[in-house]
Amino acid sequence: MLEIPSLESLNIGAALPAIIVAAWACVLLLIDFAIPKHRKHVTAWLAAACLVVAFVANLLVYNQTGDSFLGMYVADQFTGFLNLVVLATAFITIMLSIDYIRRVEIERGEYYVLLLFVTAGAMFMVAANDLIMIFVALELLSIPLYVLAAFRAPDLRSEEAGLKYFLLGAFASAFFVFGAAMVYGATGTTNLNEIYHSVAAVTAANDSLQYFLVLGAGLLIVGLGFKVAAAPFHEWTPDVYEGAPTPITAFMSVAAKIGGFGALLRILIVGMSSLTFVQGDPALWQNVIALIAALTVIIGNVVAVAQNNVKRLLAYSSIANAGYVMMAVAAAGTPGVENQAARAALIYLVAYMFTNLGAFAVVIGLERVKGSSDLEDFVGLGKSRPALAAMMAVFMLSLTGVPLTSGFIGKAFVFSATLNAGLVWLAIIGVITSVISAYYYIRIIVNMYLRDDETPSDDPTPGYTPNVHWATAIAFGGTILIGVLPILITGLTDNVALVAAVIP
Amino acid sequence: MENSGLSLVTVVLFLPLIGFFILLFVPDGQSRNIKYLALGTTLVTLVLSLLLWAGYDSSNPGLQMVQRADWLPQYGISYYVGIDGLNLILVILTAFMMPLAVLISFSAHVIQERGREKLYYMFMMLLEFAMIGVFVAQDLLIFFVFWEVTLVPMYFLIGIWGGEQRVYAAVKFFLYTMAGSVLMLLALLYVGLNAGTFAVPEIVAGVQNGSIVFPFSDLFSTQAVLFLAFFIAFAIKVPIWPLHSWLPDAHVQAPTAGSVILAAILLKMGTYGMLRFCLPLFPEASVAWAPIIAVLAVIGIIYGAWVSFAQTDMKKLVAYSSVSHMGFIVLGIFALNAAGIQGAIIQMVNHGVSTGGLFFIVGMLYERRHTKELSAFGGLWKSMPLLGAISLVVVLSSMGMPGLNGFVGEFTILLGAIGSTVLGLFYALLAALGIILAAIYMLYFFQKIFMGELSKEENRHLPKLEWNEIAVLVPILVLIVLIGIQPYIFMKPSDTTVEHLVAQVAPENAVTTIAQLPETQSGD
Repeated sequence: MLEIPSLESLNIGAALPAIIVAAWACVLLLIDFAIPKHRKHVTAWLAAACLVVAFVANLLVYNQTGDSFLGMYVADQFTGFLNLVVLATAFITIMLSIDYIRRVEIERGEYYVLLLFVTAGAMFMVAANDLIMIFVALELLSIPLYVLAAFRAPDLRSEEAGLKYFLLGAFASAFFVFGAAMVYGATGTTNLNEIYHSVAAVTAANDSLQYFLVLGAGLLIVGLGFKVAAAPFHEWTPDVYEGAPTPITAFMSVAAKIGGFGALLRILIVGMSSLTFVQGDPALWQNVIALIAALTVIIGNVVAVAQNNVKRLLAYSSIANAGYVMMAVAAAGTPGVENQAARAALIYLVAYMFTNLGAFAVVIGLERVKGSSDLEDFVGLGKSRPALAAMMAVFMLSLTGVPLTSGFIGKAFVFSATLNAGLVWLAIIGVITSVISAYYYIRIIVNMYLRDDETPSDDPTPGYTPNVHWATAIAFGGTILIGVLPILITGLTDNVALVAAVIP
Repeated sequence: MENSGLSLVTVVLFLPLIGFFILLFVPDGQSRNIKYLALGTTLVTLVLSLLLWAGYDSSNPGLQMVQRADWLPQYGISYYVGIDGLNLILVILTAFMMPLAVLISFSAHVIQERGREKLYYMFMMLLEFAMIGVFVAQDLLIFFVFWEVTLVPMYFLIGIWGGEQRVYAAVKFFLYTMAGSVLMLLALLYVGLNAGTFAVPEIVAGVQNGSIVFPFSDLFSTQAVLFLAFFIAFAIKVPIWPLHSWLPDAHVQAPTAGSVILAAILLKMGTYGMLRFCLPLFPEASVAWAPIIAVLAVIGIIYGAWVSFAQTDMKKLVAYSSVSHMGFIVLGIFALNAAGIQGAIIQMVNHGVSTGGLFFIVGMLYERRHTKELSAFGGLWKSMPLLGAISLVVVLSSMGMPGLNGFVGEFTILLGAIGSTVLGLFYALLAALGIILAAIYMLYFFQKIFMGELSKEENRHLPKLEWNEIAVLVPILVLIVLIGIQPYIFMKPSDTTVEHLVAQVAPENAVTTIAQLPETQSGD
């Protein structure tokens, strides 16, 4: 029965960008042995070069669509767009890491190799069109991240972060596999396109199989909910974010979410958009996702108000932002809104990527070797480092959603999709929690500009090296550019059509 | 109607932003260059805005000097600006007040104390850009962009260069206004998505010819809810009682120029928004809600005046008087007839000039004595006769003395309220009570500062008015008198646009016309 597929039928070219990253990661692992211990920045630049090559390759194949590996990997605009975002995230993370890991004395070549593996994992995950493939990609994304979170060992908080992330991540994976098994049991396939066709038949048959399907879908949502840190599966986030090396926190808060949301959107839209008992009704999972979204934005924003440590504050802020993306996912449950909602999620993610990485870059600049960064460390920054403070202020305004920044564009798209889907209550919760979020983002601006009690005598920004500076500037440029000319980004998503892919 | 070249409106809008970027590259220490660059930018903006007026055709009710460029074409969002009778005069008011606000800042102690002079003027430029943008934007989303952007520079102006409680006041200002505007964001997204375009003139045309329908049946139907989402955002900005609590804090803590801009221009964004969006987009809801809003406006008129009288702090007194005066403007708008709305528009200018003038005067006194307590003054007429005389004119203008500007606006608004089929004599009578109260607290204000014996030693030898202070006060005086004796110059541009608007919103109400009014005015 087992057929050996021909090489042409695999259509490897479509998956080229992700393969470049994965393959180069393996090669780099070997090259790294030859690089002397005090020159590990060479490894960093080799890794960065690979990301640039993959980025260019991805742009070249951007408008080509096709399946590879027998329908397990789908190259479409959705994949292409998220690949760009992931690659940019990884590139900025490397810029942030080079001086940081030397400063905290954890400079080892594996760091960059692991980073590339995570990147490849995220890229495969957003392109995967098969539950098994999604699971493999999920593990490729997660396992190196567990290691990276604990990379500052023997620092206790970093070890705790790694262990905690590992344990909860393992649970999440288990949930995911269990869910996938149930969906397989109900539909007899793991391919998302085929699941879509079976779902209609299963719900129409109205027998006990449909409960398996619903339960399976629920477990898949739980598993990916852990990965994107959506409430009520968010409890691990603050501790892990606080303990992990700061560049890894920045990376994790973007790349892991992109992988998680990419897979979630594909599973729910491509595979399960027909999961409903009444034809034409919103999909069954819409209410669940909407509730998760509402809970996530409320918990994330309300708890962030009480934080004094910047990394914890940004952790809760990242939870809240996952909630806004989740709103777009919820909107995708309404027939006819799927593609608009998927676009909104993509635009929100790229807007969030620039802003959040920028904010973390500033935090890395402020962070001392021993000890963390508190909100108090920002006092007087407006005077001692005007350019840095101005960029940080823009990042905070962007996270709040003030116009002329990318954050506003992201929110406008998400709320539009939510309104179009008829989830007015959810949109209202979204805007009200944005106002709550303004309070804690503004606190950082207050500290930087409005309070000038005493300026600390030593250098306020010990980690603000040229690399960090350039990373901040890139993030700043992206934030403003998207805010002023959103067409540059939205134009890239014009042909995102997850739903058209399933119509036979 | 569409224009491919560079419209003058765009030039006026972006000039301050260019000034912002030039300032960015001026080295920090060059105080003189920074100041005069800022002043120069605002003056050129003023001159060009007057050219707008010169090129404006007041017989055409529609948008003029339009410029439109795609921004997000697949959602029907475009950069779309233009002027008509509703916003022309407000753009000019903005361009007029900004050079004065820059000038008064030349001698501000607080900037010398706290430094960061360049940042200060950069925020002023950004603020002018955003405010002009709010007035000229004809696309819902672009309007919202400018609307929110005004928050940021004002927040910093209050927060960095404000008084003792500046951080509290700045954060409250930011959160309060943002809370109001996010629901508007949802409502405008809803309107734009349903209409398929965000261009206001197109949506209004659609509402008129019935191709875009927002169902209306009662006070909380779809259209009414949308109306309220817009209205509450604007009401917070105005502010309408009971949403005014941010205003006294922001006013009292802001530096002089900040208070002036806040009172003269930022508050007008709220009333302008009602005219531009609430009325034409949601006509039925506007008519239905008008009596209730008018009640709030009247409460605001009386409450503001009453509380104003009880203040011991000069700035607070003027701040609460704003609540009262802005109530008049809202009353005029929701009279929903030509007289009321024209009165409201001219009263926006009047309030900007008069209250702006009062804040200038309070600021000058504060620079000299470093206190805002009324009790610290008294008898200043003897030591500063020039300031005293000027203040008398501004005070009289603010309380509505015939022959000065305040009278024209309030009189026209009352006329509109009486003639309105939605409101009526009762509202006008209560509002008139506000005029009497205004006379009481304004004269109290003047008397406490300038009349009586020069009892305090510190007040005997106050420094004379600086050249920049005189340069600020003279244009204000000129405008106060000019509007007082020749109001029609300033009302003419809005004539046709307002009649057109009334015909759209409440055609049955288009009875009281304004055309004869200037003649009766100049008769006395």
